[in-house]
Amino acid sequence: MKEKFNVVGKPVIREDGKAKVTGQAKFADDYKFPNMIFGVMVRTKATHAIIKKIDYSEIENDKHIITIVDAKDIKGLKKTGLIRKDQPVFAFEKIVTPGDVVAMLLGEDEDKLRLLAKKVKVELEELPVLNDPEKALNEDSPLIHPEFGSNLIVHHPLRKGDIEKGFAESDFILEQTYTTPHIEHAYLEPECVIAIPLGEKGIHIIGSIQNPFTARRIVAEVINYPLNKVKIEQAELGGSFGGKDDLMCILSARAAVAALKTNRPVKIRYTREESILESYKRHPYRMHYKVGYTKDGKIKAMKIDILADGGAYCSMTPFVTWRSVVQATGPYEIENVWTDVRGVYTNNPYTGAMRGFGSPQIIFAQESLMDDIAVHLGITPDEIRRINGYRQGSITASGQRLENHEVNLLKVLDTACNETNFREKWIENEKHHNRRIPTIEFKENILKRNLILSKNEFINPDDIIKKGIGLAVSFRGSSLGAEGIDAAASYLSIQNDGSAYLLCGLAENGQGMRTAYAIIVSEILGIPVENIYYLEMTTAHIPDSGPTVASRSTIMGGGAVKNSAEILRKRFEDFLKDYWKLNENDLIVFENNEVYVKGKENLKLSFPEFANLAYKNGICLSSIGWYPGPKIHWEEETGHGSAYFTYVYGCQVAEVRVNIITGEVYVDRVTAVHDPGKVINLLGALGQVYGGVTQGVGYAIFEELDKHNGLPRELNFDQYIIPTSKDVGEIIPIFVEGKDEFGPWGAKSLGEPTLELTAAAINNAIRNAVGERYFNLPVNLEEVLLKRKLRPEDLKRGSL
Amino acid sequence: MKSKSIKKVKVKFKLNGKELELETKPNKRLLDLLRDDLNLTGTKEGCSIGECGACTVIMNGKAVNSCLVLAGEINNSEIITIEGIAQNGNLHPLQENFLKYGAVQCGFCTPGMILSAYALLRVNPEPDEETIKEAIAGNLCRCTGYKQIIEAIKHSTKITDG
Ligand code: FES
Ligand code: FES
Repeated sequence: MKEKFNVVGKPVIREDGKAKVTGQAKFADDYKFPNMIFGVMVRTKATHAIIKKIDYSEIENDKHIITIVDAKDIKGLKKTGLIRKDQPVFAFEKIVTPGDVVAMLLGEDEDKLRLLAKKVKVELEELPVLNDPEKALNEDSPLIHPEFGSNLIVHHPLRKGDIEKGFAESDFILEQTYTTPHIEHAYLEPECVIAIPLGEKGIHIIGSIQNPFTARRIVAEVINYPLNKVKIEQAELGGSFGGKDDLMCILSARAAVAALKTNRPVKIRYTREESILESYKRHPYRMHYKVGYTKDGKIKAMKIDILADGGAYCSMTPFVTWRSVVQATGPYEIENVWTDVRGVYTNNPYTGAMRGFGSPQIIFAQESLMDDIAVHLGITPDEIRRINGYRQGSITASGQRLENHEVNLLKVLDTACNETNFREKWIENEKHHNRRIPTIEFKENILKRNLILSKNEFINPDDIIKKGIGLAVSFRGSSLGAEGIDAAASYLSIQNDGSAYLLCGLAENGQGMRTAYAIIVSEILGIPVENIYYLEMTTAHIPDSGPTVASRSTIMGGGAVKNSAEILRKRFEDFLKDYWKLNENDLIVFENNEVYVKGKENLKLSFPEFANLAYKNGICLSSIGWYPGPKIHWEEETGHGSAYFTYVYGCQVAEVRVNIITGEVYVDRVTAVHDPGKVINLLGALGQVYGGVTQGVGYAIFEELDKHNGLPRELNFDQYIIPTSKDVGEIIPIFVEGKDEFGPWGAKSLGEPTLELTAAAINNAIRNAVGERYFNLPVNLEEVLLKRKLRPEDLKRGSL
Repeated sequence: MKSKSIKKVKVKFKLNGKELELETKPNKRLLDLLRDDLNLTGTKEGCSIGECGACTVIMNGKAVNSCLVLAGEINNSEIITIEGIAQNGNLHPLQENFLKYGAVQCGFCTPGMILSAYALLRVNPEPDEETIKEAIAGNLCRCTGYKQIIEAIKHSTKITDG
């Protein structure tokens, strides 16, 4: 295996950086086309209702309206979906959640259209509303999609060993229930798409689209076009985190229908309010864990029952919950496991892919649980994990032996503990939380005298602020696993001046993937990164490589890019061997924009000279790379199989201060130790950790999308609070680069692991600070003080 | 809305160093004036209510949310957008350092961030970390966790420009 690298692992400046710091980078809403019109959505006030009639009479003759489109204009499939076709492009039978759209108004003046949209009269027959996922499977609950006969979207069971025997062999049994809320992706750029009709050549769509190939499939189905007449181009994407998939497919389809009907370019752009109203969220989970363990800390049995609120549409629920079932026990070897994960329909906002994808929820539960076991047994949190954690050759809950990669769980744990002096701090903090909240004792009625307090009436700040340290560990399957077909393609074309074009079938979501790919090519062919031009991503120019999800861009896309560069390298070496008349054991080196033979200084060309030479000798300078993921298998009935072909490991330690009077938690430091395999771009990898941890802090202590009758209460950033520059203390990333046979030089994934651990680590730190366990995210002020959430009774602001 | 009855007004202002005079409805947002009428799309819209900072521009030396400024208010003012801070094709040191320190991911918050930092450095060429955090607290970023942004701004201190 290659050990020395020229470019890989170094900090490299993003190839798209310059355009972004000068304001030249083009995001979807920055595109304008002659004759372009706007599409504005028509929604109802209902949460669950049958649509009787849509009456446009009040507006249809308004001069601002060019036309109106609704379900009747759709020539192909009226309902779409990535897994289950349950989501209408325009609602025509029922409203199942407040974000639903019944029609779209087209015209030149967007503001006017927004006013007119309110005047469409939709005749509705209200139906009983289902907001509580716990009631979704009750006999008397309304069915959200009656055609499926049940509100059950999916049920993943997993059975290993004999659960009753495991409990019988345990000395102790602990049972806990945990909940997590809806979370908004809160990408800074709201959704935007433009559809441009091309006549005989089909349709061209540009948008803030996370997965161009998925969008192409959906649009083609809806407008009834062959795939090759639907060209999807990804604009610069202003953040996605898994969130610009399903909804962007539907918006693309709406824009396409309207563009074909009017024969004009149609732009749809969402306000923040519309974005939060209609986009999908992270799944709220309710998780019940029952665990049996011995007095030595060995876990004998774990029974897990998880309910995920899928909301109004299926979306990615089956895959999100599948990751949960695979990873629900955490990275612990347990003989007897019984897990059920169910996803159900409700009238709430629908839920789908979001960075982490079914793992942050279960990690919050299982890592809180592990700490409680440690506290109960009087050992430290790192010890309980050492007793049960995965080692080389361990068998997972689904029966997979971990052997083809370095199982670095304990290594990341030890690194994090040493780095933070974990044990010492944890034990020290444990001593201090039995003190009660100090109260001021007033000798006399304070109002009767002046308001200046005397010295003994002050509270010592040390009594109010409690320090805590907590950790969490995880294992995470890389790429899609048994969730889907896993392969990716790449196109590399060297020009005869030595510069290059590069494109991969996965899509840049802002994470810096294109830069990582350029680094890979540079490493193999010695072309400087800045001489590689990354082509615009369109579905017309590269084979379908599946979705850019599951942190698969490095391992899969990187694998494909590496393959395309290696194909060329082999071809170039063969040519040079012949041209320079080399021996079998002569070594050709490609580095620093040069090609030479080791030890033969006279045989040396600059890469541009070489490219020109090869071109003149009729050598093809382009290649298509392909990287198929290894085969995996899964038995749905028992939850057995090798779920993912490889895994990554992480450990985060959070250090917090808790104000026991206000309930405020301040995160002083998060030490994030990850084994992402080989790091390709150090600058990018660091950015992934900082960003992921910060999102994790939001998940831990701020963020919650609350609903009133299915309608999100927090529709903009004044109410939906995400962390600002002031909200997170230090973040210390540390990489432990484990070896792996998969991915480019063993590079795996990092984007999601960084986020999934933080909330669990913080919750454990809070417990260490105050001696109380919290079971419900977010652990915000009221949770810390009252152990419940304060909610207004209606849509008004303020709380009761 | 009765925007129809609102008469256009003439505004004169300096934009990225150039004098400009144009006719506009006074109730048009500065953000739309820049993006739609002047095609300066580097200024972004993320929330429309003054919460995210993506639309930040410099107005008379101060960072403002252009979604909250109306065209009628800009008469005789001096406005700088992200397109105006590179000088003669050379990146501003803030721009250089945003690249060098990895402060850019998706880039949607980047123009606003750079301009907030720019406004800070004009009045305080050597800010400490807390001051930097404070200056960009009105600029949301969902990608970077702010660390590399703060780092980039820190390394751009002591840089004054004309
Ligand atoms: S768009 Fe102006 S502050 Fe968000
Ligand atoms: S870089 Fe994406 S929002 Fe800041």
